[in-house]
Amino acid sequence: MKMNGGQALVRALEDAGVDTVFGYPGGVALPIFDALYDATTIRTILPRHEQGAVHMADGYARVTGRPAAVIVTSGPGATNTVTGIANAYMDSIPMVVITAQVNTKVLGTDAFQESDITGITLPITKHNYLIKDVNELPEVIAEAFHIATTGRPGPVLVDLPADVSKSEVTYKWPASVNLPGYKPTYKGHAKQIKQAADLIGRARKPLIYAGGGVLASGAWKELKDLAELMQIPVATTLMGKGAFPEDHHLYLGMPGMHGPRYVNYALTETDLLIALGVRFDDRVTGKLSAFATKAQVIHVDIDPAEIGKNKPVDVPIVGDAKGVIAALVAELRKAGAEPRTDAWMRTVDDWRTRYPLHFTHDGERLMPQLVVERVRELTKDRPTIIATEVGQNQMWASQYSRIREPRTWVSSGGLGTMGFGLPAAIGAQVGRPEHLVIDIAGDGSIQMNSQEMATAAIEKLPVKVIVLNNGFLGMVRQWQELFYDHRYASSVLPQDCPDFVKLADAYGWHGSRVTCPAELDAALIAAFDHPGPALVDCRVVGEENVFPMVAPGGSIDEMLGGLPGGPVSDMMDDGAVTEVWE
Amino acid sequence: MNMQHTLSVLVENKPGVLTRVTSLFARRGFNIDSLAVGVTEDPTLSRITIVVGGEDTSLEQVAKQLHKLINVIKIQDLDPHEMVDRELVLFKVNAPADRRHEIIEIANVFRAKIVDVGRNTLTIEATGADDKLAAMEDLLRTYGIKELARTGKIALSRGLREGA
Repeated sequence: MKMNGGQALVRALEDAGVDTVFGYPGGVALPIFDALYDATTIRTILPRHEQGAVHMADGYARVTGRPAAVIVTSGPGATNTVTGIANAYMDSIPMVVITAQVNTKVLGTDAFQESDITGITLPITKHNYLIKDVNELPEVIAEAFHIATTGRPGPVLVDLPADVSKSEVTYKWPASVNLPGYKPTYKGHAKQIKQAADLIGRARKPLIYAGGGVLASGAWKELKDLAELMQIPVATTLMGKGAFPEDHHLYLGMPGMHGPRYVNYALTETDLLIALGVRFDDRVTGKLSAFATKAQVIHVDIDPAEIGKNKPVDVPIVGDAKGVIAALVAELRKAGAEPRTDAWMRTVDDWRTRYPLHFTHDGERLMPQLVVERVRELTKDRPTIIATEVGQNQMWASQYSRIREPRTWVSSGGLGTMGFGLPAAIGAQVGRPEHLVIDIAGDGSIQMNSQEMATAAIEKLPVKVIVLNNGFLGMVRQWQELFYDHRYASSVLPQDCPDFVKLADAYGWHGSRVTCPAELDAALIAAFDHPGPALVDCRVVGEENVFPMVAPGGSIDEMLGGLPGGPVSDMMDDGAVTEVWE
Repeated sequence: MNMQHTLSVLVENKPGVLTRVTSLFARRGFNIDSLAVGVTEDPTLSRITIVVGGEDTSLEQVAKQLHKLINVIKIQDLDPHEMVDRELVLFKVNAPADRRHEIIEIANVFRAKIVDVGRNTLTIEATGADDKLAAMEDLLRTYGIKELARTGKIALSRGLREGA
């Protein structure tokens, strides 16, 4: 069938199964948008900034597991996607970003709105393409989606010059893709799996450290099987939240810089670290030389480059988490392995009781942790997705929410992108219309992409933004308090500028303000029950810190703040614990 | 351990692939000592030969990252004892009439060729492995090397271990 390149692109998106495009038009993108105008199965959402479009596609993919497409124009349209793409790349989120480009004849001449976007995004895409011949288009789009969604997922960018999108092509969707240099390993090595199962069967103090890879591969059921079969406690990273139900008795919490003490103690004392779809990020490990030093390490990852990158591994398994964990469970069952973790769980539970997360709530001042706790309690009985911005708000959201279902937690992990939360929440709401989608925000972060409030209003996406408004760039201020002698350089934001309630009003949102704990529940309930988008400006105490905290570069069992407790070696001297050593 | 490695990288013969490969080294702070690229017996494939020095573990990490590039088909870290390697060097050497003879003699000893004769210069084409070319360069230096260009090292593993 004959059509132009723009129409072929839209057709290819349909054939790739795309139902949502987050797109912002511009000069050379017009042939594409003209074709989109006729698309019947694709919903096109117009953001207010191209960065917003990419974060929306990101949030959409996190909650649905499916990629969306982003379509933008050349030059500034393309460069505005860079932060969003880098964010998706760091967190292994699948998406295809299509950037229109100037005509092939003027490529490389600094033409109006030209930028070398394939060059710019080389280190932050899984792969990228510049299409110079319209006949390649269907094949490139098929490859782009294949690459984005298989192996370790990630963003793929396709640059499409205007003359190519105007050229005529006979459209044919390829039956298969041919990528001789791209063959991800899904099936784990049988011998390695057996060896890992042996170690797990014998371990007295095992610990599962699960991350985004478990979610990406859809391995939450297998993870639960493994943990329950062998009674192994589970720590999930920021990216792994939701991979294991957080109300489960085996669930520990998030490890690392702002993880509860008991999680970091467990990591320090474990004799077998079962690392599933994680990458030993520095925010988790702290000082590497002091991280999990008593443990043998099993590391399962689909990306061979992650194995042994930061931490030497005893049993490396390259493969997809779902298949590998299922094989481990089968192997353990076959061997008749039984849990040997009674004493270890008693120790861990003892730590859990002695060093819970903790904040001081006097009933007068509005504490940010309380806000997250109330959000958690008030949404207990309805399907909810929690998105976050980046900073203190994110850490409190992580510490005090209870994510019970996979793909209901949306947070910028590796890149730590302020401004991510609102557009990601909007994308999540597009993907999961029935869920209550809540963005736990900070007053700093929310202002980095607050223009997307218009998108939510116009597209009738009833997201809820809960601003923990402390009048600071809170995490920066916290570091300045702790490590820079309270010198709050460039980290003070007046709490009343902007007036968030008026801002909400300006965009046609429901807006309200909470200044004390007594007002909190009513305002949250009103926001959640409002049929459209709503914002709650929570005027929380200014100088509250996220505790406990591992000082940057420190050992993870030596934490600042929270309930007193020294390094784990000091915690190991009572009766309940000595038993473990035998 | 820090040592020189010769990486033989088989890639798809497509625009931009060389940039993808070399930028990975740059990102990790490696300096490429030598680089040679050309089409193989299969016109859809090119071979990039890269000589690079660095910590073994970080080089291993770069090799793993290289594997992740969609256009990279295969990577070999060639064992110095199990490879043949060659480089071609052009030397333009000062050659006053009275010393020309000596220079030609050196070239003959190294089985190099005189490819250009100027009024006061000789240009010599030499191929070989590192040590031979280094020895020759050293000898020619006494006459004064005016210009030097090299192709970069190319290498293959020995024997029947690999066809491509």
